[in-house]
Amino acid sequence: MDAVRTQNLTKKYKDVVAVDGLDLSVRPGELFSLLGVNGAGKTTTIKMLSCLSSPTDGDAYLNGKSIIRDTSEVKRIIAVSPQETAIAPGLSVKENLELICGVHGFPKNKREAKIGEVSCALSLGSVMKKKAGKLSGGWQRRLSIAMALISEPEILFLDEPTLGLDVIARSELWDIIRTLKGKVTVILTTHYMEEAEALSDRIGIMREGRLLICDTADNIKKSAGTDNFEEAFIRIVRGVK
Amino acid sequence: MRAYTFAVRNTKEILRDPLNLAFGLGFPLVLLLLLSAIQANVPVSLFEIDSLTPGIAVFGLSFMTLFSATLISKDRSSSLLRRLYTTPMTPADFILGYTLPIVPIAVIQSVVCYLAAVILGLDVTVNIIYAVLFTFPVSVLYVGLGLLCGSILTDKQVGGICGALLTNLSAWLSGVWFDLELVGGVFKKIAHALPFVHAVELERAVLAGDFGGIFPHLWWVLGYGIAILVLAVFCFMRQMKKQ
Repeated sequence: MDAVRTQNLTKKYKDVVAVDGLDLSVRPGELFSLLGVNGAGKTTTIKMLSCLSSPTDGDAYLNGKSIIRDTSEVKRIIAVSPQETAIAPGLSVKENLELICGVHGFPKNKREAKIGEVSCALSLGSVMKKKAGKLSGGWQRRLSIAMALISEPEILFLDEPTLGLDVIARSELWDIIRTLKGKVTVILTTHYMEEAEALSDRIGIMREGRLLICDTADNIKKSAGTDNFEEAFIRIVRGVK
Repeated sequence: MRAYTFAVRNTKEILRDPLNLAFGLGFPLVLLLLLSAIQANVPVSLFEIDSLTPGIAVFGLSFMTLFSATLISKDRSSSLLRRLYTTPMTPADFILGYTLPIVPIAVIQSVVCYLAAVILGLDVTVNIIYAVLFTFPVSVLYVGLGLLCGSILTDKQVGGICGALLTNLSAWLSGVWFDLELVGGVFKKIAHALPFVHAVELERAVLAGDFGGIFPHLWWVLGYGIAILVLAVFCFMRQMKKQ
């Protein structure tokens, strides 16, 4: 069974078609990236898949559960790290993690174990008692991902996770994301071509709400007739061969 | 459980902001002291401690609207709510989580206000306990306003509208600072058509032990409180769907 399968997934806002009949499948444990210029429909797709927005037409199934009919069940198996850092600024790092454990109904012993596990995996130990609002952008983003991971999601949505981070912080986050491969299905959106190429098992490129191509980075480069992934992206989006 | 977890988080966010403590507890106390000092030098019946304290207690509750609206609007702008909307939390969890922490804070604020009034000469009677208990329906009104403003305004707008406009309007139209009979006319009619003066009159009647005098003020406060809370829940759920 596919981890994510969309069928004619469509979202219209009055006259604008943000996502136009998207048919897509992502395998369990796969790291799948969605690329596209601004307004391509990536974030709208993520919003629909994470039950934040209802499709105008079509449906999507996450581990077999419909985003329209089985919303509550879908919400139990997903986690989202939004584009903007989504943390509670007045709480400490530990309290932020406790908040997410609480809203997922974890009992106290499991809560403590998960906090220890995630803080270790994301090296948050040194900042656990610090107020989240006082952390640097890189640490806040790291916490944001930790908050997504602590709920033990089967499918994780990372919406531009490294946006605005410096090179070191980005590299560290890449290492963290790589460790998820095979364990969690990750849907990643990004504007950074090298990020998608370095991390993804497969990449989908969108333009004007449509999926133009969906393949491995190597096959996308071959298909566009170039060795450079960024060049391949530009050619595909512009419709040049 | 989820609503409780969220309520605990919201309580921490509110109480850890020093500005909230300064305005929520400090400002009403300063006003109580200041107006009592004026009363000591230039006696005005309106500022006698048994008339002034219920007014200040109600005025202090208007800061609950500011606290709750600021928290909700900031959560909306920071994407924290968007993250939480993708969790198993239900709309009821969010609404309870935002409203429940404000009520005990409001009660504590009233207790502090009445304790300060006792130090300033308010007679100690059992009616003080009733007056504190009757802040509950009044706090529903202000909590509802907070949920409403937080759901429809940005965090910058909340600062202006709840922080300046609402606190001032609820004060002017409550009959705490000046006797509405002295102004009369349209101003008085508007004041009596709104719940703020009724909230103050309700508290004054309870403190005076005039339990027959709580009507019709209690109905005004409850009517506005419930209507605003229902509207607030509708607006909150609407912005939830808009995400």
